[in-house]
Amino acid sequence: MKNRLPGLHLKAEDFIPATAEEKESLVIMRDSVNFWRDGLRRLKKNRVAMVSLFFILLIMVFAYVLPSFWPYTYDQQIRTSENLSPFTYGEAELERIAAGEKVFPHICGTDKLGRDFAVRLMMGARISLTVGLVCAAIVLVIGALFGAIAGFAGGWVDNIMMRFTDIIYTIPDILLIIIMAMSLKPALEQLVLHKGFLWLQKLGPNMIAIFLVFALIYWVGMARITRSQVLILKESEYVTAARALGAGSARIIRKHLLTNCIGTLTVTTTLQIPSAIFTESYLSFLGIGVQVPMPSLGSLATDAVKGMNTYPYLLLYPAILISVIILVFNLFGDGLRDAFDPKLKD
Amino acid sequence: MNGQDILVEVQHLQQYFPAGGHGKNKRFVKAVDDVSFAIKKGETLGLVGESGCGKTTVGRTMLRLYEPTDGRIIYDGKIIFDSGKCPLKNDDGSDMTDGNGKPVLGKKTAVDMLPYRRRMQIVFQDPYASLDPRMTIGDIVGEAIDIHRSAGSKKERRDRIISLLECVGLNSEHANRYPHEFSGGQRQRVGIARALAADPQFIVCDEPVSALDVSIQAQVVNMFEDLQQEMGLTYLFIAHDLSVVKHISNRIGVMYLGKMVELADSFELIAHSVHPYTKSLISAIPVADPNTARAAKRITLQGDVPSPLNPPSGCRFRTRCPYADEICAGECPQMKEVSAGHWAACHHLDKVDY
Repeated sequence: MKNRLPGLHLKAEDFIPATAEEKESLVIMRDSVNFWRDGLRRLKKNRVAMVSLFFILLIMVFAYVLPSFWPYTYDQQIRTSENLSPFTYGEAELERIAAGEKVFPHICGTDKLGRDFAVRLMMGARISLTVGLVCAAIVLVIGALFGAIAGFAGGWVDNIMMRFTDIIYTIPDILLIIIMAMSLKPALEQLVLHKGFLWLQKLGPNMIAIFLVFALIYWVGMARITRSQVLILKESEYVTAARALGAGSARIIRKHLLTNCIGTLTVTTTLQIPSAIFTESYLSFLGIGVQVPMPSLGSLATDAVKGMNTYPYLLLYPAILISVIILVFNLFGDGLRDAFDPKLKD
Repeated sequence: MNGQDILVEVQHLQQYFPAGGHGKNKRFVKAVDDVSFAIKKGETLGLVGESGCGKTTVGRTMLRLYEPTDGRIIYDGKIIFDSGKCPLKNDDGSDMTDGNGKPVLGKKTAVDMLPYRRRMQIVFQDPYASLDPRMTIGDIVGEAIDIHRSAGSKKERRDRIISLLECVGLNSEHANRYPHEFSGGQRQRVGIARALAADPQFIVCDEPVSALDVSIQAQVVNMFEDLQQEMGLTYLFIAHDLSVVKHISNRIGVMYLGKMVELADSFELIAHSVHPYTKSLISAIPVADPNTARAAKRITLQGDVPSPLNPPSGCRFRTRCPYADEICAGECPQMKEVSAGHWAACHHLDKVDY
């Protein structure tokens, strides 16, 4: 068998079609990924964003959880322990330690009324964060909806809606906050007497006024940004394609326009959080922020300014905390944008 | 043209876009002006012309993605749009008149398009811009199913999406991916699958291969042909590349500055074109044989396309036409039948000869 014909190498079984199972084994399926899972995967790879997220969570625990376990409360005044430096004790406390009692140290010292500054910082961070988050959420909902509708409708509807935002934009915000705080005060005091509204008292009329003013004024910037995005996106071919398929306006706004604005919306919203915290701080400085004795980071800082030379740490702690909160929210916002924008995907 | 097997027809279609100005000074871009044609069932009508001549606008206006400013659109015997300003047509194509010789106008109509959206679809030119970057391929293809609620269950929806993807040469694995993960040719296939998902009879192919590589162009054009045979589709195939259009079309219409200048069977149009503009277009098709190419004389047109904001009076081609005279400036040429099924709009058909 020296010269075997090539044809003799062939076997009949080589020509049997592959079974479905054999075919299946050759198909390499990638894991099904949806928009959010894909974005989260990319977010996890972004070290800066993850560190920022860690700090945001840390600050949240610090602001919302820790005060409940702290041995002091934010409005508790300890006699003889006024103006203490960190990790020192007042006379009464030293006596108790001498008597063998355990006294929790004042990690950040105390203020001039003898209140533990650490717990006041926590409560201040809580107020500032709450203002930031709630206001950003209000601004996002109102601004995005208003802007999307104006941009999508176009023509005279757009014209009227945008002139309306121009009018809103001209209202001086501090004036409005003062007026609203004044006018809301009697109404709120009445409301608090009813059952179930006690929590309003805790926030104080000024706080509610801040929320309302944010709801009324600060959505304008968001509305303009959303509108400009929608104006670009609604001319895109995929929106035309959706209309050719018979999609209604609501579907196009929901499925195509808002989802494609999400990068801009997240960044603008996260930038809204520090700006709301700033607003709250300067209102506290003017004395129309939160109700005493409730602290906010802004009011803590302004209180400390008076004794800056003697007790600089009282200014330093809230100032650092405000800076860190604003920095991590900005960095995290950038990370979110990178993660949820497939065009920037590596 | 008998009315029986015509699927889509447009009569005196006009589309002016506002271009600034108020009141009397209001200016319009005359993108499409008095265009009439009909497409038979199962046929492919090619539409050619240079950039900005209104081909795309015709396609989109037919689907009422833009509301026509004048004219009538008839789909499958039903009038889906009528401005109420243009005369009805007799069966032989002439304008219908009443006893006094006055034209009989149509009734103003604009039907709800939703039921027609399923039957008339569009494939876009730019596969990079026409897919939503936030949606998976499966959701893009499934959008028509969602809108028209044509799937009873999630499984049925998924099965249909996969069968559509397979129909255009993609597979089920692709359903969970995003558009940016695909090449131009694959994206265009997704665009076609999206159009097919509505289960249409008529598809406007708006320069579907212009943005693709030449090697991919052939694949996609062949796929259009295969789909047409399998599903009995009717196409309006818009392109500016005559060699692609002549390959796929049964008939070809040539447009110049918003007007239809010539309409004929594709072989007839290539071989025996009569309009000077068509002749110059055809002479520009590259020939792969150097001997033929040297022998053929290239007809070069002088000047640029005039602005559609302010088109020339009379025949719109007269500013660049070697035969133009006073008649062309004064009077707008009407479509005339030069031979069976071959229509052209020119005053000097007898003179034109290259």
